[in-house]
Amino acid sequence: MATYNLDITKEHCPMTFVKTKIELNKLQKGDILNVKVAEGEPLENIPKSAAEQGFNVLSVEKTETPGIHSIKIEK
Amino acid sequence: MNFTEDQINRYSRHILLQDVGVEGQEKISSGKVLVVGAGGLGAPVALYLAAAGVGTIGVIDGDVVDLSNLQRQIIHFTADVGKPKVISAKEKINRLNPDVRVVTYQALLTSENAQEIIKDYDFVVDGTDNFPVKFLINDACVLAGKPFSHGGILRFEGQTLTYLPEAPCYRCLFHSPPPPNAVPTCSQAGVLGAIAGMLGTIQAAEALKYLTGVGELLTGKLLTFNAKTMNFRTIKTKRSEKCPVCGKNPTITKLIDYEQAVCDISDRKKR
Repeated sequence: MATYNLDITKEHCPMTFVKTKIELNKLQKGDILNVKVAEGEPLENIPKSAAEQGFNVLSVEKTETPGIHSIKIEK
Repeated sequence: MNFTEDQINRYSRHILLQDVGVEGQEKISSGKVLVVGAGGLGAPVALYLAAAGVGTIGVIDGDVVDLSNLQRQIIHFTADVGKPKVISAKEKINRLNPDVRVVTYQALLTSENAQEIIKDYDFVVDGTDNFPVKFLINDACVLAGKPFSHGGILRFEGQTLTYLPEAPCYRCLFHSPPPPNAVPTCSQAGVLGAIAGMLGTIQAAEALKYLTGVGELLTGKLLTFNAKTMNFRTIKTKRSEKCPVCGKNPTITKLIDYEQAVCDISDRKKR
């Protein structure tokens, strides 16, 4: 199991989840993707969409940068 | 397959779909679909398949664009009148999506060329306007084990079914072509332009479902609709043991060219 990082803080809906899906698609089952997202729409929608499409959302945490969160998703 | 940033953006609404995703878009992008007829049905079929990014789209049609086509054949524009339909179609497909490779056949599909042409494709779409070629497509696809979508429209009505090997074929339901001139064609009876779009987009969706493996196809079913009432019906169909092409004792083992209705031929020669 490996851990990967993705920064979608500069993307807008729906490209935020498109980019997340593309990255998850490259991973093996059990791998972890840490997605860095901005507050607001992506923070609300990425965990919801990921869960809906069968991925395991492990945690949503604040980062040291104000307004930026990290979502841990398991494939 | 590695999509570019532009392709990710272009196909983002497919990638977002759980059932399609990146893998499904890869299947679409490497798919090969033959559209028989660049007319009322073939126009929306070719445009939606092009928009979806189908890797190779083959278009076969022997006609040139006529002013009377433009009421429903939305891939052709006023300035295209007089131009071969396959050229006009190829130009629009390329403008819509340069990712698509377009193969044109400026000819009629016949018993001579059908098998050679369809063998290069994953899926065939019948967008023709006459029974002889509809039966020819069915027979060629059944004999080659090739999936295809049958479609037909007249006046306010449309019908479609999707054939897969071992499933009921068009001939299981409609044994043989009606006698020439028994059923009027669109050019005699008229057709509401928008129903070409209604049926053609169903056929395009079936082709994309086949390529991606998503959902259930209209296999073993016949979908019919009447735009006057907007009633849609799906009838279950069964394989016929007496089917002359896929039944127990098939009498059709090679392709046949049926006689075209006289008015159709004279209509074509006029152009």
